[in-house]
Amino acid sequence: MSMDRREFLKAAGLSAVAGLGAKGAFDLFMPGDVDASEHEGHSEHGEGHGGVAEAGPKVRLAMAIDVLQLKDHSKVDKIRAACDNAHNIPHWDSKDDEIKWIWEDEYEHVFPDTHNEYLADEVRELPFLLMCNHCDDPPCARVCPVEATFKRPDGIVAQDYHRCIGCRFCMAACPYGSRSFNWFDPRIPLKAEGRKLNPRFPTRMRGVVEKCNFCVERLAEGKKPACVEACPDVMIFGNLADPNSNIRKVLRERVSLRRKLELGTKPSVFYLV
Amino acid sequence: MIERALKGSPKYWGWVFFLLAVISVGFMCYLYQLKNGLGITGMSRDISWGVYIAQFTYFVGVAAGAVMLVIPKYLHHYQKYAKIVVFGEFIAIAAVTMCLLFIIVDIGQPMRMLNVLLHPTPHSMLFYDMIVLNGYLAINIIVGYNTLLADKKGLPCPGWVKPFIYLSIPWAISIHTVTAFLYAGVPGRHLWLTAVMAPRFLASAFAAGPSLLIMLLLFVQKVSKFRVDPEAIQSVAKTVCYAMIVNVFLMFMEFFTAYYSHIPGHIAPLEYLFFGLHGHDSLVGFMRFSMLAGFVGIGILLVPALRRQNGWLIAGVASVFIATLIDKGVGLVIGGFIPNPFETITEYSATMPEIMIAISIWAVGALVLTILYKLALSVREEQQIA
Repeated sequence: MSMDRREFLKAAGLSAVAGLGAKGAFDLFMPGDVDASEHEGHSEHGEGHGGVAEAGPKVRLAMAIDVLQLKDHSKVDKIRAACDNAHNIPHWDSKDDEIKWIWEDEYEHVFPDTHNEYLADEVRELPFLLMCNHCDDPPCARVCPVEATFKRPDGIVAQDYHRCIGCRFCMAACPYGSRSFNWFDPRIPLKAEGRKLNPRFPTRMRGVVEKCNFCVERLAEGKKPACVEACPDVMIFGNLADPNSNIRKVLRERVSLRRKLELGTKPSVFYLV
Repeated sequence: MIERALKGSPKYWGWVFFLLAVISVGFMCYLYQLKNGLGITGMSRDISWGVYIAQFTYFVGVAAGAVMLVIPKYLHHYQKYAKIVVFGEFIAIAAVTMCLLFIIVDIGQPMRMLNVLLHPTPHSMLFYDMIVLNGYLAINIIVGYNTLLADKKGLPCPGWVKPFIYLSIPWAISIHTVTAFLYAGVPGRHLWLTAVMAPRFLASAFAAGPSLLIMLLLFVQKVSKFRVDPEAIQSVAKTVCYAMIVNVFLMFMEFFTAYYSHIPGHIAPLEYLFFGLHGHDSLVGFMRFSMLAGFVGIGILLVPALRRQNGWLIAGVASVFIATLIDKGVGLVIGGFIPNPFETITEYSATMPEIMIAISIWAVGALVLTILYKLALSVREEQQIA
């Protein structure tokens, strides 16, 4: 369970009081700490666009993925479907054109630098879920020439589809292959599939880059990320800066892995094995 | 002075209209790309940069090559270069124009291009690349035009142009250094993450730019009365030779570090480019040809008896030009994406419209160069008569 009932209701109540703004998201992960939420909420609207982490942030959003739970493969499909629907992600036939926010791959490809040919069969066959790592020091935000991708004070690496010029420097810089480019108009397959679109999230246009956004739009409404809502036993989302958060608890108790730590990007996605 | 581009032989006009025809075909292809998206190219989620960015990178080098004439002429007063330095500067103008066009055709939302100015981002290397490339274009227009105009009037170069000439020297180094930083500063792409990227870029640039200049100077002597001192051409050829030796030397540094350290991530892209990786080898033929051409070029240019014969000289510099074009204008960019972050392999091959767009940008470069060389030649011919 990513967040207990009490914690959630309290956060939801605070969000209702605060109105449906970005503030709600911070309340959600910092129950009781309204001063801090004011501060963070404020800087969110201010100049905090530069992607520079303040010393000891009060909110550092992160995801822990309980990979062992994914032996039940239906959960992978459920999570992917939830994300696809929440973000109107098109399905292309060609692998070259794919738009992927969250997807599965094997240990060997997820951790190529620590690949071990004598790995336990159980781990080798597990479907690891890949997504944007929301790095603490994101190379994509460093290279973007227009700050279309940037790190928010809460740690989310966001993408502005309306500012992106489509130079794809971020795709070259991301060591995790987490970014997708709209090579064609994404509305074509959405229309062809006859999918029911989520009116609360924009479809994109061709020529811009996109990726997982930790459901920043849902957090702003006081909701949990779509994947967390779909499988709360697999996706554990919370505030790393709060030692009492659920994610910190589970990271204390279980062995976790992160991708390509040697590059110093400090990923915020943890794999529990 | 510009009006001199409008007076030419039927052959001149035939060439201009041929280039315009190529450009218009490429422009149609670009409109098709603009309408449908960059999906009409061979690029993919894994190979997210292709021939456009690779060619961009190569021509930044060609542009920077002009400095190999500016330094001897203006810092060492090597007067044999006095009449040809402007031809180097005009190559730089044409090459930077091509670079800017390659960037424009590569971006997904060209209408938002000016966001780079609207939201200047000093932590992005592309921000600096924009500044240095546009600056270099402006400097070469100022210097090339004004020095030529002074020659036309039979006057010495005006004093106010001098600072721009000196500025052009570090500026030329900067354009290719910053372009190397686009690659050398990103984590997780093993082929690119190397400190010798910028030095190697400069070495190959100082081989490629002057090679092109020699070919063009030999050609313009066939179609005009302008005569270049053969010793000047020999000096440029020696520069090409030394620069290419340094380039190949630095490439062997890359091979040594990768293969002697045995670190798989460092070996993989080189293995892909030169030997094939897990059965994927679409670039192996090109890269081996490039390496062979590099050695042939060095061999020819090193031997004075060969270098002094125009036929061999052309073969030598053409080999160097093609070797660097394949190495930097194809292999470097594609090799950086292979293997991908999941250690799997997606290959790349350019599509017809993509190739047509690239060719039409070459044609734009050739057109700019033709017009500029027409001006320069008319002034030089007058000087020779007088």
